[in-house]
Amino acid sequence: MNTTTRIWPRLAAFAAAAIVIQLSLGAAGKVYYLTQLTMAVYYAIVVMGLSLLMGYAGQVSLGHGAFFAIGGYTSAFLTTHNMAGCRGAAWFDLLDKCGVIVSRKSLYDDTLVLTVAPWLAFIVAVLLTVVIAAVIGYPSLRLRGHYLAMATLGFGLIIHCILIGSPVLGAADGITGVPSLSVGGLAVSGKSAVRVQNYYIAWAVAIAVLVLLRNLVESRMGRALRAIHDSEAAASAMGVNTPKLKLEVLMVSAALAAMAGSLLAHYNEGIGPSESSSFKSVRYLALVAAGGMANLEGALVVSTLLVFLSLRGWFGTYDNAVFGIILIAIVALAPQGPFRQLGLRMNRCRPLYKPGKEARSGAS
Amino acid sequence: MVQALQYFFSGITVGSVYAIVAIGFNIIYSATGVLNFAQGEFVMLGGMVAITLASFLPVPVAVAVAVAIVTLFGCGLELVFFRRLRSHSILHMIIITIGLSIVIQELALHVWDEKVRSLPYFTGNEASSVKLLGAALSPQVIWVLGTAAIVVALLQLFYKRTLYGRAMRACSSNPEAAMLVGINTGNMRTAAFGLSAGLGALAGCVISPISMTHYEMGPGLAIKGFAAAVLGGLGNPMAAVVGGLMVGLIEAFSVSVIPSAFKDVAAFAILLAMLFLRPHGLFGRPSGVSVREV
Repeated sequence: MNTTTRIWPRLAAFAAAAIVIQLSLGAAGKVYYLTQLTMAVYYAIVVMGLSLLMGYAGQVSLGHGAFFAIGGYTSAFLTTHNMAGCRGAAWFDLLDKCGVIVSRKSLYDDTLVLTVAPWLAFIVAVLLTVVIAAVIGYPSLRLRGHYLAMATLGFGLIIHCILIGSPVLGAADGITGVPSLSVGGLAVSGKSAVRVQNYYIAWAVAIAVLVLLRNLVESRMGRALRAIHDSEAAASAMGVNTPKLKLEVLMVSAALAAMAGSLLAHYNEGIGPSESSSFKSVRYLALVAAGGMANLEGALVVSTLLVFLSLRGWFGTYDNAVFGIILIAIVALAPQGPFRQLGLRMNRCRPLYKPGKEARSGAS
Repeated sequence: MVQALQYFFSGITVGSVYAIVAIGFNIIYSATGVLNFAQGEFVMLGGMVAITLASFLPVPVAVAVAVAIVTLFGCGLELVFFRRLRSHSILHMIIITIGLSIVIQELALHVWDEKVRSLPYFTGNEASSVKLLGAALSPQVIWVLGTAAIVVALLQLFYKRTLYGRAMRACSSNPEAAMLVGINTGNMRTAAFGLSAGLGALAGCVISPISMTHYEMGPGLAIKGFAAAVLGGLGNPMAAVVGGLMVGLIEAFSVSVIPSAFKDVAAFAILLAMLFLRPHGLFGRPSGVSVREV
């Protein structure tokens, strides 16, 4: 079975679905749905990253809400914190010379606002999150067992406390007024004029992430990961450096969460502390499980759909409970994900063996 | 000096609650290998149920009934989820406890709303105080410390002297061998869940007058209890008592160094430091790793 060659039809299907959804929403006069869809696609990036960690490396992280929030807050803080008062300081002049300081007029009066350029803030946000993930992951992933889950739960609680308790980060209100992130004429921004454009930007990013992760999973690293998931002892015996590999996967996964956080902070023009709550982290777990654990396409589809419904308010006040129940139900009843189960059912209808095939593969 | 003593008593008070949560962790962990993320929810449920019952029952009866209800609830969880899922991997069971934690919290939110509640003081009231070595203590502190001490002593007796306790220890050290000598390991697991839930509920009742009961209190308690359990060495219930008291004390004294809003960071720092330096706990010995997948 060669899955790498089969990815292009799937990507084409995703792209076609995205276009069909956009066109039909446009025809139905419900273009505003695209805003929530765009957000849902960004959240799906977090879920795909977590799927790599959970489904392939078999490690639970309850810190992805926090990683997302660190990414988003770093971007939001750096692009809104006015550094006009720092003019004259040597480090500031150096940054200015490098061209990473942007200026704009304040929204309220004519004062000059000097902030870090959004693209640099984005890079800083991702790097910072990766470093933090490494610090958390290093001690807990050296051990066998599920220490990472507890360590990240504690980490998430603390980040939540810090975000709510820090006036400089807007305390309970979060940070607002985050400018748009523009790269080469494309702007990640929540302005309704660029809604359609942003919808496609989000899909493009998500599909790029999917291709990236797909290649990672089909590589030597991916095979080593699956070996760890099946039996860590056996993988180690075969020469897989399990702690290092698990740490790398955690870092990739955290980087994706931070990336989504940063992009979403620009898209929503702000971010609040609720992003780091443990409910959000559990929601990501539930979405990974619902997507089929080790199934990146499933994660993308299911999380886009469910997060979209959640953002539309379908689950009402039971929002968190719904995701908790999804998590329990899927893991208890269909741990391989609903699609695997469905696929098996459907396969049962078809003849499983084609005569002659075994003979050929047996001979080779 | 008096202030240090005051910190000390507040430290061992919260510390003894962490210790009970940590014991609860260990009971389930050694019986099933599962890290139970819903451990803090047992504490919350105990407090909440007792508060509801206390509105029409005397407090001691309310506490006793609440502990009984949560014990049954713990047994029920094992019967409904974990017994049926014996073939699932540990990873899946852990994920289920994470889901349970969220669902129980949401349920509590809908049953009891988001108000912070508390049981009345067992003796006296908020204003009454007892002088001990020059520090002024609420009588409830004595209740918490006394309860924790009795719980630990009884558990020790249970594990060392009773047939049932010995059977439970046998199950955690070697389930197959325990089964061979005729111990019903499935029932032992159910009992472990019940015991762990009941202990948590008791802790939730005695601490409720001091630190209040809130539907969201579970995860915070769980992580501190886990830090205490790791400090003592995961799987060793009695070492968890020392771990719990240490986490409580470090947290209480950290208030004099860092802003109290960030005192939760202390417990987490301990957890990470322990995982770095002595993952087998202060009292445990590093053990060889068995190849058998647990």
